[in-house]
Amino acid sequence: MKITLTVNGDDYPLDVEPRRVLADVLRDDCALTGTHLGCEQGVCGACTVLVDGEAVRSCLMLAVQCDGHPIHTVEGLAGRDGEPHPLQRAFSAERALQCGFCTPGFLMMAAGALENDPSIGDHPERVADLVRSNLCRCTGYEPIQRAIMRAARGE
Amino acid sequence: MKPATFDYLAPRTLPEALAALGEGAQVLAGGQSLLLEMHLKRLDPALVVDVNHVPGLDHLDVADGRVEVGALVRHKVFESPEAVPGPLGGLFARAVVNIAHPPIRTRGTMVGSLAWAHPASEWCALAMALDAEIDLAAAHGTRTIAARDYFLGPFRTARRPDELITVIRFPLLSPDTGVGFLEHRRTGFSFAQVAVGAAITIREGVVTEARIGLANCADRPIRAEAAEQSLIGAEIACPGGPRVPADHPFTRAGRTAADQDAAPVPEPHADVEYRRHVIAVLVARTLREAAIR
Ligand SMILES: Cc1cc2nc3c(=O)[nH]c(=O)nc-3n(C[C@H](O)[C@H](O)[C@H](O)COP(=O)(O)OP(=O)(O)OC[C@H]3O[C@@H](n4cnc5c(N)ncnc54)[C@H](O)[C@@H]3O)c2cc1C
Ligand code: FES
Ligand code: FES
Repeated sequence: MKITLTVNGDDYPLDVEPRRVLADVLRDDCALTGTHLGCEQGVCGACTVLVDGEAVRSCLMLAVQCDGHPIHTVEGLAGRDGEPHPLQRAFSAERALQCGFCTPGFLMMAAGALENDPSIGDHPERVADLVRSNLCRCTGYEPIQRAIMRAARGE
Repeated sequence: MKPATFDYLAPRTLPEALAALGEGAQVLAGGQSLLLEMHLKRLDPALVVDVNHVPGLDHLDVADGRVEVGALVRHKVFESPEAVPGPLGGLFARAVVNIAHPPIRTRGTMVGSLAWAHPASEWCALAMALDAEIDLAAAHGTRTIAARDYFLGPFRTARRPDELITVIRFPLLSPDTGVGFLEHRRTGFSFAQVAVGAAITIREGVVTEARIGLANCADRPIRAEAAEQSLIGAEIACPGGPRVPADHPFTRAGRTAADQDAAPVPEPHADVEYRRHVIAVLVARTLREAAIR
């Protein structure tokens, strides 16, 4: 099927089989390998991206479903000039990653949450609830929560 | 694993969608169960009918004391207790936070949950407890079926392959109804080992109405009718503390639900005896939660 994916503002005209999930097409056809695949079962969240501004599991969406819908991946977080996004700075400052496999998923989930509700930084319990969506096997969730709170405070 | 080959259709009208349905076709709503099953090769449809572009399926309306939930209303909508008027909104809000996690709730739909009919589904248990009605549309006509006639077993329902669920209808709860929803799960990512939803009306200290829905307490969602009956007319002097006393009507109702209503299926991490124990405790606690508000 012929579709156009709009990822981080760039158009990718593609010819994809319907059976291919968004995560695979982002990685293999758009060469955006920042989106990771851990489980392909909706559980780990490593594949989280924004579609229409909302965090979704890109392993549980078909690429053809996203024709014409704006997609944001971790590659689009930093500015065009390479300046890291506040969330990226906060993850670094709080040492919220070790191996980094889960990080793109956490970043995009947090980016979606902050965009939809900037006041989330005032509610530690909601941030705690949010990070439960994704799995990190290295760092533990405390530094990730601190990083999201720090970014929300605009530090 | 990756899904096997299939044809993909994204109809723009309801008749077009209905014409495409039938043996070998699967509806794609939120895709949060369908895609997973296709990854695991437990489902291998020849045709996937993506209904996300069909107009009119995303409505959430209240009319004649009932709330109508269209096929594209996402789980997430119910996180706000105001999405649905009265205590029913509160009950939905308490239940929905147990369903997966936010990114899944953004896509997944209540109707999809009823179509999928997982025995542990929170929505399915509430559909039973609240006597929901399900509207099924096919190219040759529509019909309405009561929840109690709809669930036939694990992942088995009265829906025919050429039918689309367009709407689920729930009666609203009267303003003096108390609601509770509690769940026991092994890990944050597993489905409920046991989930209980309750709506109970207590007038002048006496129970006048009780509805109890159980998820994962049998091979399909059930309504705990024997436990409900045991409560009607019971005097509730006090809803009980964090531990409901042994001779309290809620404790007895929990025991009745576990022994008479439930038919738990053994699971690797929970044998039948353990599951009955959990059911008894959780039903009593859910009733208590419902009674204190
Ligand atoms: C990690 C994870 C955890 C989860 N945890 C829970 C949980 O705790 N509790 C829970 O209840 N669910 C859970 N789910 C499942 C989730 O709630 C799904 O959203 C839901 O089961 C199906 O809704 P859907 O809209 O995504 O349906 P889809 O995946 O699109 O469809 C599911 C099935 O229903 C059929 N179908 C869908 N809509 C219709 C319709 N309108 N008419 C006819 N057939 C239709 C499809 O053809 C398919 O067979 C979880 C899922 C994941 C990935
Ligand atoms: S790869 Fe999508 S949730 Fe794990
Ligand atoms: S940093 Fe290694 S999994 Fe999270």
